[in-house]
Amino acid sequence: MHLKVNGDTHDVGAPDHWTLLEVLRYRLGFTGTKQGCDKGDCGACTVLLDGEPVLACLILASLAEGHEITTIEGLAPRHVAIAGAGVDPIQDAFDRCGALQCGFCQSGMILSARALLDTNPSPDDHQMREALSGNLCRCTGYTQIFDGVRLAVAERAGTAAPRRAWESPDTAERPPSAT
Amino acid sequence: MSAREPHGIDAPWARFRHVGRPMRKTDGLAKATGAAVYADDISLPGMLHAKTLRSTQAHARIRSIDASAARALPGVHAVVTGADLPVTYGVLPWTQDETALAIDKVRFIGDPVAAVAAVDEDTANAALKLIRVEYEPLHAYFDPAESLARHEPAIHEGRKDGNISKHVQLAFGDVDAALEAADVVVEGEYAFHGTTHAAIEPHCAVARYSPDGVLTVWSSTQITHYVQRALARVLELPAHRVRVIQPHLGGAFGGKSDPFSLEFLVARLAIVTGRPVKMLYTREEVFYTHRGRHPMQLRYRTGVSADGRIAGVDARILIDGGAYSSFGLVTTYYSGQLLTGPYAFPAYRFDSTRVFTNKPPCGPKRGHGAVQPRFAFEVQLDQVAHRLGLDPIELRRRNFIGAHTKTINGQRITSNGFLECLDRVERESGWRERRGTLPFGRGLGIAGSMYISGTNYPIYPNEMPQAGIQLKVDRSGLVTAFTGGNDIGQGSSSVVQYLVAEELGLTLDQVRVVAADTDLCPVDLGAYSSRVTFMVGNATIDACRKVREMVVGAVAAEWQVPPSHVVLAEGYAFDRADPSRRIPMAEAFVLAEEARETLGATGSYNTPALGGQHRGGAIGASPAYSFTAHVVEVSVDVETGRITCEKAWVAHDCGRALNPMLVAGQMEGSAYMGLAEALLEEHAVNRFGIHRGPSLLDYRIPTALDTPEFHALIVESLDPEGPYGAKEAGEGPLHPSLPALSNAVFDAIGLRLTHLPFTPARVLAALREAR
Repeated sequence: MHLKVNGDTHDVGAPDHWTLLEVLRYRLGFTGTKQGCDKGDCGACTVLLDGEPVLACLILASLAEGHEITTIEGLAPRHVAIAGAGVDPIQDAFDRCGALQCGFCQSGMILSARALLDTNPSPDDHQMREALSGNLCRCTGYTQIFDGVRLAVAERAGTAAPRRAWESPDTAERPPSAT
Repeated sequence: MSAREPHGIDAPWARFRHVGRPMRKTDGLAKATGAAVYADDISLPGMLHAKTLRSTQAHARIRSIDASAARALPGVHAVVTGADLPVTYGVLPWTQDETALAIDKVRFIGDPVAAVAAVDEDTANAALKLIRVEYEPLHAYFDPAESLARHEPAIHEGRKDGNISKHVQLAFGDVDAALEAADVVVEGEYAFHGTTHAAIEPHCAVARYSPDGVLTVWSSTQITHYVQRALARVLELPAHRVRVIQPHLGGAFGGKSDPFSLEFLVARLAIVTGRPVKMLYTREEVFYTHRGRHPMQLRYRTGVSADGRIAGVDARILIDGGAYSSFGLVTTYYSGQLLTGPYAFPAYRFDSTRVFTNKPPCGPKRGHGAVQPRFAFEVQLDQVAHRLGLDPIELRRRNFIGAHTKTINGQRITSNGFLECLDRVERESGWRERRGTLPFGRGLGIAGSMYISGTNYPIYPNEMPQAGIQLKVDRSGLVTAFTGGNDIGQGSSSVVQYLVAEELGLTLDQVRVVAADTDLCPVDLGAYSSRVTFMVGNATIDACRKVREMVVGAVAAEWQVPPSHVVLAEGYAFDRADPSRRIPMAEAFVLAEEARETLGATGSYNTPALGGQHRGGAIGASPAYSFTAHVVEVSVDVETGRITCEKAWVAHDCGRALNPMLVAGQMEGSAYMGLAEALLEEHAVNRFGIHRGPSLLDYRIPTALDTPEFHALIVESLDPEGPYGAKEAGEGPLHPSLPALSNAVFDAIGLRLTHLPFTPARVLAALREAR
């Protein structure tokens, strides 16, 4: 089959019953896409299919033919390709807000957040929570993930970095700079 | 310098440049971009895939295993059974009651029985179906009370006390007299139901056996050192030919702190096939592998004076251990030993019994052994406050044990910020103004706790350092720190990076950390008991001070100034008297290398002698304790029985917050986990021993929609022995979540919930009973 992943078309063979997750991880080496449950419960395998977040463990690889697949490995290059620099602003904001503890859920989480902000650049609190509710995180309690999304939203809008949940109003420290 | 010498709480160079700021993690961007390599991301040339056949019986003798058809299946390279790995293991040297595969009998549904290595997972799975196992079923125990009463058949044969895994009975002071003399005695029964870690990464291990006889195992473990020892023992290899590497780890929470069957299986299969072998557990296997929080039935009697001072506490606890010992000996001690603060107990007694049952084995989960007793006791304290008509926060203040003191069971308390924790949650939650004025169905609850920052009990008795670290100082200006400490996502490698940069005046990008590789790194005992920041941090400072002395000496000699004039900060060596005179640290390293030798140092940490004189007195003895208080706000729908946690204020005394952002992350993550244990999660088997729902859909961990609003309030009581005064933050902030929630429900609707979990069905049942 021919799979277009992160802009490149790959000619790849795999058993018929293999999922997109298996082909991405074990045939093409895109191991940033994680397997947490292999049955659609945890969201760790989230990738973008034509910009929409989908669970790679619930899609047969062959059904992804003809679609644009974006994995976490494609996010930073995509950002650079549209005249950005470094990593995608969401990736950077997550790092600056402490959202990355074990990191295992974060490939999926960041892609879900990217899909959200691509369609809704300034989500309200409920929209943000709902968009991330298919991605289970066991480390953070989600609070610093929310901080990361809010920071990315603010920076895109050019507004002041919002106070993070743990900072008291009088805390002088701001998030580490983007540089 | 000695491994036990405290390094002081002050900044090494007048003021902190890194510590105390919200810094990025050393591996943050690697994780954000998918570049971080976890165990299942490893793929080696010629690698085989292995799968485990698991018991379908809860308790049975194995009459026979016929693997001939599996062996004959094309693509199968090896099949192993219990006879191939007969040596027992277990994380504690006194209770080595596990084997990699069952020998003669199985003890729970899911017990590993055989394993297959094949060209791919599909072939390995097909081969498992061809293995014939004949079982002779035995009576299976699912009720811990039955295990206590009945000895035959024994789950583990040859033990003198039947199905009892561990019994600890300790008394301090005259409890009976204290309760007799108390103005008020409150008595109650409480129950903790059992929960599991549910780290998002399933367990995975990869092994390679090289032609020179070196076994390398990459494993999703939080205890590389113990896994190395266990592999050497079970595979009967000298330890120096076993290398264990922990790649990036996708969450653990205590669930990866035993040696596990799959580590031995991939090792044996790699040796017998001559090929690298990988095994990845399915999510269902992770649930059966378990090692989660023990179900406990707890009975407490607390006597208090009329003004609310605790006179004595009497506890009796029955612990359901599941099929194996794991850390159970420690769990049993912890269930009593860790309750004796933050409140002063003039008299205390506990009687804890852990029994075996034919269920997935329990083990350590975040807040090991102490969360269940803390739940029971803090609910009981709320009952005491209610009986006395006292504000529950005031009751807790009155019983504060103080700083720089000793608990009734001989634990040394150093710094103690518990009162400030109470003040913070009281103020930030609006406790005084709001409590009692909220409408029916809405309430506030308080609870407190304390927890260890590591213990002086090194699992296998020895006098060597508990934490070791090595620094390689390069003339490029880079310092590489080699630590055996396991970064399981909590950020331990980042802490090492921050401390090295602080001590040696480097920028963060001048420090890289290599962690948890037994070939490269000095021994560290691993990520458990919240020991890492405290112990690895101290070892790091110890090593840095040796390097610092060499570098400062060489620069001072070059500049012909006293060493006290040389300051290392922000990537440069400065002259304190003339700050315009400075050289980059790379040049300073060159001067030191010219003057001395190749630069580097080791550092270590060991606990001082601690703990009570009684048997087991060292178990739970920590060089420093963290303290926590929560206020939780709930709304309760009495029609549906649904409890919603709206907000939680979490104040935690972590000593100095080396990186407050990471501390807050630990606080929020802990509280989230504890609240979910109370409201959503239940790890249980049905009457046949089959897990009730071994998936992340059925075992309900909270989503982004479920998580409450957290207010992490960091309290810093600088500890005299912690690295710059730091203590733990990873486990302590969990404990008060559960009782604070129960106490908030009482405030909301006047219903006292004592049996976890607080599911709608249970709440409705309790409401019916109360009417």
